Amino acid sequence: MSITWTPVCHLSQIARESGVAAWVHGEAVAVFRDHTDAVYALSNIDPKTGASVLSRGIVGTRRRVEGDVGFVASPLLKQPYRLSDGVCLDDETLKVATYEVRVVGGSIEVGARRD
Amino acid sequence: MSTRQRLVVVGHGMVGHRFVQAAVERGLTDTHDIVVVGEEPRPAYDRVALTSYFAASGPEELSLLPEGSYGHPAVELRLATEVTALDPQARTITLGDGAMAAGAVGGGEVLAYDQLVLATGAAPFVPPVPGRELDGCFVYRTIEDLDAIRAASAHATAGVVIGGGLLGLEAANALVQLGLETHVVEMAPRLMPVQLDDAGGRTLVSHIAKLGVQVHTGVATEAITGDGSVSGLALRGGDGIDAQVVVFSAGIRPRDALAREAGLDLAERGGVLVDEQCRTSDARIWAIGECAAPGGRMYGLVAPGYDMAEVVVDALLGGAGAFTGADMSTKLKLLGVDVASFGDAFATTEGSLELVYSDAVAGVYKKLVVSDDGTRLLGGILVGDAAAYGVLRPMVSSGIALPENPEELILPGSRGGGAGSGAAALPDEAQICSCNNVSKGEILAAVDESGEHRCEDVAGVKACTGAGTTCGSCVGSVKAIIEDHFARTGKEVSRALCEHFALSRQELFDVVSVHGYRTFDAIVDAHGSGRGCDICKPAIASILASQLGTHVLAPENATLQDTNDAYLANIQKNGTYSVVPRIPGGEITPEKLIVIGEVARDFDLYTKITGGQRIDLFGARLEQLPAIWGRLVEAGFESGHAYGKSLRTVKSCVGSTWCRYGVQDSVGMAIALELRYRGLRSPHKLKGGVSGCARECAEARAKDFGVIATEKGWNLYVGGNGGATPAHAQLLAGDLDDERLVRYLDRFLMYYIRTADRLQRTAPWIDSLEGGLDRVREVVVDDALGLGSELEAEMSRHVAGYFDEWRATIEDPAKLARFVSFVNAPGTPDPNISFDVERDQIKPRNQASHPVVEPVSLGSSIGVGAPA
Ligand code: SRM
Ligand SMILES: Cc1cc2nc3c(=O)[nH]c(=O)nc-3n(C[C@H](O)[C@H](O)[C@H](O)COP(=O)(O)OP(=O)(O)OC[C@H]3O[C@@H](n4cnc5c(N)ncnc54)[C@H](O)[C@@H]3O)c2cc1C
Ligand code: SF4
Ligand code: FES
Repeated sequence: MSITWTPVCHLSQIARESGVAAWVHGEAVAVFRDHTDAVYALSNIDPKTGASVLSRGIVGTRRRVEGDVGFVASPLLKQPYRLSDGVCLDDETLKVATYEVRVVGGSIEVGARRD
Repeated sequence: MSTRQRLVVVGHGMVGHRFVQAAVERGLTDTHDIVVVGEEPRPAYDRVALTSYFAASGPEELSLLPEGSYGHPAVELRLATEVTALDPQARTITLGDGAMAAGAVGGGEVLAYDQLVLATGAAPFVPPVPGRELDGCFVYRTIEDLDAIRAASAHATAGVVIGGGLLGLEAANALVQLGLETHVVEMAPRLMPVQLDDAGGRTLVSHIAKLGVQVHTGVATEAITGDGSVSGLALRGGDGIDAQVVVFSAGIRPRDALAREAGLDLAERGGVLVDEQCRTSDARIWAIGECAAPGGRMYGLVAPGYDMAEVVVDALLGGAGAFTGADMSTKLKLLGVDVASFGDAFATTEGSLELVYSDAVAGVYKKLVVSDDGTRLLGGILVGDAAAYGVLRPMVSSGIALPENPEELILPGSRGGGAGSGAAALPDEAQICSCNNVSKGEILAAVDESGEHRCEDVAGVKACTGAGTTCGSCVGSVKAIIEDHFARTGKEVSRALCEHFALSRQELFDVVSVHGYRTFDAIVDAHGSGRGCDICKPAIASILASQLGTHVLAPENATLQDTNDAYLANIQKNGTYSVVPRIPGGEITPEKLIVIGEVARDFDLYTKITGGQRIDLFGARLEQLPAIWGRLVEAGFESGHAYGKSLRTVKSCVGSTWCRYGVQDSVGMAIALELRYRGLRSPHKLKGGVSGCARECAEARAKDFGVIATEKGWNLYVGGNGGATPAHAQLLAGDLDDERLVRYLDRFLMYYIRTADRLQRTAPWIDSLEGGLDRVREVVVDDALGLGSELEAEMSRHVAGYFDEWRATIEDPAKLARFVSFVNAPGTPDPNISFDVERDQIKPRNQASHPVVEPVSLGSSIGVGAPA
């Protein structure tokens, strides 16, 4: 499957450790930037409530055996979703879809849905 | 024929009441009908807290039986009725019916009993000084006494208390509070002669003087002078004192007259002589409380009386309980003065040794009495710093071994003392709360995770066991035991905020203010780990907001804000927001009401009147918020905080402007307070209320701060809330003028903001403080820590720095950039949001089960599986 990359915004438009919502291929996508400037793209839909809100969650880290992992807390009911793969850190049966994402010359581009 | 027995209780004071409670609880009422006869006009009240009556809104506040009856069919309560005679042979008592006394010939009704319990308490002793019958002479025992003292003080300038014991000092403090120049005259060479030694008494004098009381020790009163009413005191071999009020507090005498006339045995020094089961020389008559003298000794404290009450209930149920003496430890309840005396304070035990620490400059005197071999603590005296009392007293009663260097128990922290062995080292049977006889073991059982109560904090344990609910002196130990328990069982009630900070909110607050940090990064680098989370970030945002007063969306802090703060509105289940325009005090003009209606109509918002006297507009999309705020600002509104840990509303009743009962302008005051404290960031949300009279239509006592109008000003109540665990606010101070009301409120709120835990509302916060409400009063009203002006200055900074954060947002393009549906398609509303209609208004369509727009990936359709 060929990937179409959609530019959504410039890296500087997302404050460190926060997210924005973008409209990509007819879907609401939450794009996050962490403290190392790495970017992540997750579905904006919170799987617990079905609301399109994840981009508005607080971004932070949790200590795990594998080291500190970045997550976003749902702004509605606070479930923590891992930025890298969308899995809920408190309940692995909950998962948010993730998207390919890259930064090209300062511009963030979202690609295909991963699953 | 009935086989039920009649049990009559004479006296409805603290101990009589406890007796009835225990009788009902333990089922004595299955076999006995109980008749309680009390001479006072009201049911039993908390005599120990009598002095607080001056600050209370009325006698009900002290009542131990606010409902006025036991609500039990087998218990009858007859108040305002004196028992005038007792006939043990006939097994009857005679009632002097107060109301009918004038017409009754030869006394009132005669009542037969099967069992009789005397709980008549004690009466103040008035020494035979000439002039003691003059107007202006009082004792200090009942609510009526206090009413009379207050009335007399209204046109007096000076007062004298005769007697420098525990009660006398308490009475003196009350006179100070009533605005009198106050003297204490004590015959003994020192204050509190029964509890303190010379050095302790001397140290105490300096503290008492600071309260504004002039102390005269080693002085005898020759006469009370005056013509009809008191004008002064003549002292033996000294100058007299001018005064119009005299309060006798020269000790108490058991009220044993009924027993004496009935021929029952009395103790040598007064009091009804009883055995270990509290039975008098007549097998059907018992005596408990201050009128009783078990083994010939009377006890002038409430805790031994409570024990006696339990013992008699036990005996009547066939049990073998016995009263074998009591802990006579005392701690002075005077605000701001720490004094405690416990165990063998005078080192009367043979061979006992004394360890003394004293610091005249700081006004501290501490003495420990230890056994000759230095292994056991026998007693002690603490003046000026009684922090160790909670740990030391149980050491005496449980007899556990002293640590290696016992002096560490009384040395100040900087000199090697301090935490020491603490309450944690006590054995389970050690009694921690002597007022309510709660042992360490019972406290541990209450917090046991596998037990039935599973309490999580001091407030829970108080409610469960009663520990700490009477004089409060044990709360520190209770807290230490709970914390130690959780620390040992590894339960995460550590005060750490979250995995990123080992500090509590209060500690973080101090760290931030000491270092002057302005950003999360600086704080987490220096004191935390990782990159924070949804717990510590908003907490730090709130701390920074209370200290810096910058906009919540200032770039360095915007990403820390909790959901609602981050967008200055309340998020709803479908990702839309609600807007609640501020309506201070609930007062609104018709024009503004119309504007709200127009805004709601134009943006198609669901509209509802809230429980907080405002109007909530629901269903605003993120990108609509600035336009809605713009309309509101234009009409002279600001949006309001229904979000954030901040002030919500100050609810008001209509007050004196319209209401025929109102005595103050409650609406005006509510508006002033709401405008003053709006925007204040706090550990939890804050609510206020102001009522125009005691009818309390604004439900102010259900708020964190409640203000209720009086003829003379305002009563200020604190620590109320509704919600899951409702609490009534308690009186902090009475009859305040506007200026003092605001000053106390400023201090109270800032003290709370500084020291409360995250998400701790005012009621549990007050409970968690050592000393509880009294502590708050010390800090806020008496300014015992000298923090008052600092707290006020902080509040002034908040007030001066307040700005409309919604208006500032719409005026700043950088902040406005957040309020778009999509960063790359700002003009496209999020199709995931849609509404149904119900009762002519919108309501969110349930996204999870109702696909709205395709192709939108829905939560329910996302594959479940291992991480990719
Ligand atoms: C709108 C309103 C219900 C209504 O339709 O009337 C409401 C709505 C919410 N309440 Fe409330 N409460 C509302 C009055 C109350 C009241 C009554 C009052 O204030 O007189 C109470 C009990 C009084 C009290 O707080 O002591 C109340 C006790 C709570 C509690 C429990 C607090 C507690 O200490 O136990 C919560 C939960 C919390 O804050 O943690 C809560 C939380 C909430 C939240 C913030 C829940 C949430 O996070 O979404 C709701 C958001 C409001 C919104 O989206 O706009 N709400 N809530 C009322 C708004 C009043 C206002 O104008 O500000
Ligand atoms: C200002 C003050 C502060 C105190 N502080 C403390 C403290 O900090 N700690 C502490 O432990 N103790 C303290 N006490 C003492 C404590 O209040 C008493 O120990 C306690 O109230 C004794 O309870 P009681 O039921 O025996 O007596 P009371 O509470 O006095 O009750 C006796 C009742 O019997 C009634 N009565 C008497 N005779 C008759 C009759 N013939 N017929 C009908 N009714 C009758 C009386 O009117 C009274 O209501 C304080 C007392 C005062 C006054
Ligand atoms: S509290 Fe008093 S003043 Fe206010 S409305 Fe009610 S009755 Fe009137
Ligand atoms: S010792 Fe008085 S309340 Fe516990």
